[in-house]
Amino acid sequence: MAQTEAKTLAITGNGAVSLAMKQVDPDVVAAYPITPQTDVVQNFSQYVANGDVKAEFVTAESEHSAMSACIGSAAAGARTMTATSSAGYALMVEVCFVAASMRLPIIMTTVNRALSGPINIHCDHSDSMLGRDSGWLQIYNEDAQEAYDATVMSFPIAEHKDVRLPLMNMYDGFIISGAIGPLKPLSAEQVQEFIGQAPDYPRLLDAKNPVTMGPFDGLHGWYFEQKIAQNIAMDNALDVIQDTYDRFYELTGRRYEHLMKYRMDDAEIAVVVANSAAGNARAIVDKLRNEGIKAGVIKLRTFRPFPVKQYAEALADVKVVGVMDRADSFGAPGGPLYMEVLTSLYQEGQCAKAVNFIYGLGGRDVFPQNIEDVYRRLDAIAKGEQDAPRERVYVNTKGM
Amino acid sequence: MTSQLTEVRWHARGGQGAVTAAKMVAELAVERGKHFQAFPEYGPERSGAPIVAFTRISDEPIQTYSPVEHPNVILVLDPTLISSIDVVEGASEQAVVIVNTEQTPDDIKKDHDFGNVRLMTVAASKIASETIGRNLPNTPMVGAVAKATGLFGLEEVQDHMRQSFGKKFSEKVVNGNLEAVRRAFEEVKE
Repeated sequence: MAQTEAKTLAITGNGAVSLAMKQVDPDVVAAYPITPQTDVVQNFSQYVANGDVKAEFVTAESEHSAMSACIGSAAAGARTMTATSSAGYALMVEVCFVAASMRLPIIMTTVNRALSGPINIHCDHSDSMLGRDSGWLQIYNEDAQEAYDATVMSFPIAEHKDVRLPLMNMYDGFIISGAIGPLKPLSAEQVQEFIGQAPDYPRLLDAKNPVTMGPFDGLHGWYFEQKIAQNIAMDNALDVIQDTYDRFYELTGRRYEHLMKYRMDDAEIAVVVANSAAGNARAIVDKLRNEGIKAGVIKLRTFRPFPVKQYAEALADVKVVGVMDRADSFGAPGGPLYMEVLTSLYQEGQCAKAVNFIYGLGGRDVFPQNIEDVYRRLDAIAKGEQDAPRERVYVNTKGM
Repeated sequence: MTSQLTEVRWHARGGQGAVTAAKMVAELAVERGKHFQAFPEYGPERSGAPIVAFTRISDEPIQTYSPVEHPNVILVLDPTLISSIDVVEGASEQAVVIVNTEQTPDDIKKDHDFGNVRLMTVAASKIASETIGRNLPNTPMVGAVAKATGLFGLEEVQDHMRQSFGKKFSEKVVNGNLEAVRRAFEEVKE
């Protein structure tokens, strides 16, 4: 393992991702430059203005147009990146489906923020969860370091010949995006060596090998089979993602897996949680372990494709699992992550008790005490002192 | 929470440079090999509106991202905030509170009940006006923090400023800031 002793920077989450984009120096960045855009794109535009990157930087008049420009660029064979957030992502979603069906490995940062209304710009996961059926790979990140690393790792995953899917990286709006934290960056040379050249693939504007991309499918075309092919690519992505994580570990010593287990070996109660709240959960687990309560944390990383077997294995001996969703699915049995975790258990024939906690909507704070309350409840259920509620449990609400 | 964890809360008005100062303290922590975190409480940012920012400094990696509930250092960049905001809310026992004012701690205690905190004052705005030429109390406050907490030495703060300001500002501005930090470090009153 060639661990690098890089200097630690004090940088925001958005700054970390901009730095990764600069080091990647893609062929094209097309983005909408106005609110709800984040300073990921603003920082990148400064790199462009300063001549630090060679990328063609396209500012579009809407997020819909930005993603459309990305599709055109990626279809022409250019390595293409963009960034978005919140309602901007919602406006993109129509064309995000097109990007996935055309199998274009576009890399996008989606800074997790709420969707209106009421009008709210703060952190939750409603935006990216809106696109969970769009056919994009989705990776969730806890802090600036993870977001930086994920940006670099995105290319070998998305561009792999067995995958060829667009990929989006998430991290918490404001809590991580605007907070200054530590980052150990790679050198630009290390980044370039890790991502390598994009593999050759049929592309538009290749007059010697003409292809048609994204055409009208007709009434009796191959739409259905195309969708099946997208799902096969998703299945393939599971191994490709882990192989890429393993190769990154060789380079940096930083270990990533589809789901990050913390003190899960003998855990009887566990919480599944994404992004920045996972840190709070680990701190509470340490406290509870000192009291002899066998608690653990599973942090979500890979959400699309959803690693069903890994969740079933990790939760095989757990009595009660609490799934924490920072987004809701109105009228559904629970939040998006809850439904995925429960389906995973069911598919593997397991039936641990499960409770869905909805937290942090619209940027509502989640304090250590809130997470401790979640674990105390799971512990009481495990000990038979309480029944597991079937309905959602809302965390840190007002006046309810 | 371990005893090596320092949690700082900044009270200021938009435009006073609290976030820049919080970042500077974070960068000083990096140079000390410590773990750190700095973030504002987000809201509409308007010049003159009250804002809050947080800094955590620790010997251990920091994995809590929620707002600081029980700060042990509280920095008030605008003394008029004391009348409208409970700046010592949630303060831990023996928290250090540093207020930017020309008044003494005893003057302030006459009008405000701050409980058990260690109250200090420094005339950061006056120092800034006299050294930098503008009312920018943020850099002198960093000098006061160094003195009050012992987290950093005066020379460390000045070295850091020389490096980070040297690239962006004229020598005159850099020297003004260095002098502001030195005076604030020496003129903190308890």
